[in-house]
Amino acid sequence: MTAPQNIGENSSMPHDTQLRPPMVAVHTPGPAAGVKIHCEKVNAFYGDKQALHDITIDIPDRAVTAFIGPSGCGKSTFLRCINRMNETIPGARVTGRIEIDGSDVNARDVDPVVLRSRVGMVFQKPNPFPKSIFENVAYGPRIHGLASSKVDLEGIVEASLKKAGLWAEVADRLHQSGSSLSGGQQQRLVIARAIAVQPRVILMDEPCSALDPIATARIEELIDELRRQYCIVIVTHSMAQAARVSQRTAFFHMGILVEEGATGEIFTNPRETRTQDYITGRFG
Amino acid sequence: MQSHIVTSYEEELNHLTAEVARMGGLAEAQVADSISAFARRDVALATSVVERDTRLDALEAEIERAAIRLIALRQPMAVDLRRTVAAIKISSNLERCGDLAKNIAKRSLILAEIDNSGPVTRSIERMGKLVSSRLKDVLDAYTASELSAATSVWSRDDEVDEHYESLFRELLTYMMGDPRTITPGAHLLFVAKNLERIGDHATNIAEIVHYEITGAELTDQRPKGETQQ
Repeated sequence: MTAPQNIGENSSMPHDTQLRPPMVAVHTPGPAAGVKIHCEKVNAFYGDKQALHDITIDIPDRAVTAFIGPSGCGKSTFLRCINRMNETIPGARVTGRIEIDGSDVNARDVDPVVLRSRVGMVFQKPNPFPKSIFENVAYGPRIHGLASSKVDLEGIVEASLKKAGLWAEVADRLHQSGSSLSGGQQQRLVIARAIAVQPRVILMDEPCSALDPIATARIEELIDELRRQYCIVIVTHSMAQAARVSQRTAFFHMGILVEEGATGEIFTNPRETRTQDYITGRFG
Repeated sequence: MQSHIVTSYEEELNHLTAEVARMGGLAEAQVADSISAFARRDVALATSVVERDTRLDALEAEIERAAIRLIALRQPMAVDLRRTVAAIKISSNLERCGDLAKNIAKRSLILAEIDNSGPVTRSIERMGKLVSSRLKDVLDAYTASELSAATSVWSRDDEVDEHYESLFRELLTYMMGDPRTITPGAHLLFVAKNLERIGDHATNIAEIVHYEITGAELTDQRPKGETQQ
């Protein structure tokens, strides 16, 4: 006979297909969650210009870390170092060490293409492929050989769209073009696309700046769901958004990591004057 | 500290602090006047203290409205957030001080008719002056953002407590000795208790000022009842 609590669990959540881990522990921000990305003395250059100076930071797993700072402070450059996107820019050069789960992302034997499937990225402007909704999500698992059959692939697409909170809105039109969706839906589609290849880390560069407040709230809710499973790093210009979605916040200024800490602490009692001046709107 | 890029935001924050300082001045006057009215059994002054209390209530409501508006429209962060929350909390402590001063004034009106116990009145008056100066010190610390001045008020609260304890014993002795003194004695005891509570509000304000300036709470044990070596 099944234990009563199991009956309760199974019958009470027939529609819960979010694939949450069986036990969602109360999230504790900070190093207790375990370090996912370890960065040590990362420097980045665009030609002669140094964009990042000795960035050393540990980014926890299963938490959202927000990078904030004025334009040109290096936050997006640093984000792009994590999945080696800077390599695609001519003249760009990165030194220092970045480890994900203890392995160096810049090691010779690391294939950047495989790395970028492990470290998904979501951009400011949704960039669905000019293909159907289904193909947008199926593309990654197919080229990385993650599905053994057509049914398997369909399962991955469905699960990814469900995790991205988009399934209910697109289930009946999977073969329409991805670009037929609204901006917020497109952004959730590219998040589903990132999730489909089983990433370890999701990087987001201003994912909501082109969205209205309702679509933004949906993405923020999604980020909050996803952080139970992934390490998420988000670059945002909206201080309020950093405060709402992240557990850790790092403040960059002129290529330097000025301060990093628990989000609640950074926004109520930052240690550094430069951080305080920036978040309170006093930057001279 | 640098000023805000948005001038009107800076002005709103400054206005909020100025209103709290103004309310502080009023509360200080109410407390001082209630003590004078009590010490001299001054019916006219006591009546005026009772009547003026509504101004403090109105100011508290106004500060709260301004702070809520500021939070909603400006989303203050860090020191600005602490400053805004401190304004709400200090004004609420000041409003309580006002209520207690009003209560002292009301009891003074009653005592003016029934009591002639000189020595205890002097003793309570001394306690009142001590409490009054604590309130003044902490409000000066608030306006000048002086951390050490606030901490000093906070660490000296035990003097007021000791004063109250000794008055309590003194009054009990009187009341036991002569039952006719029980009614005035009870009023005197409440006056002393009210003063002790105003002292507590001054200590609360010191804690709030400390949090506003440093972002850290002042919750370590005060030197209250500590045995000194």
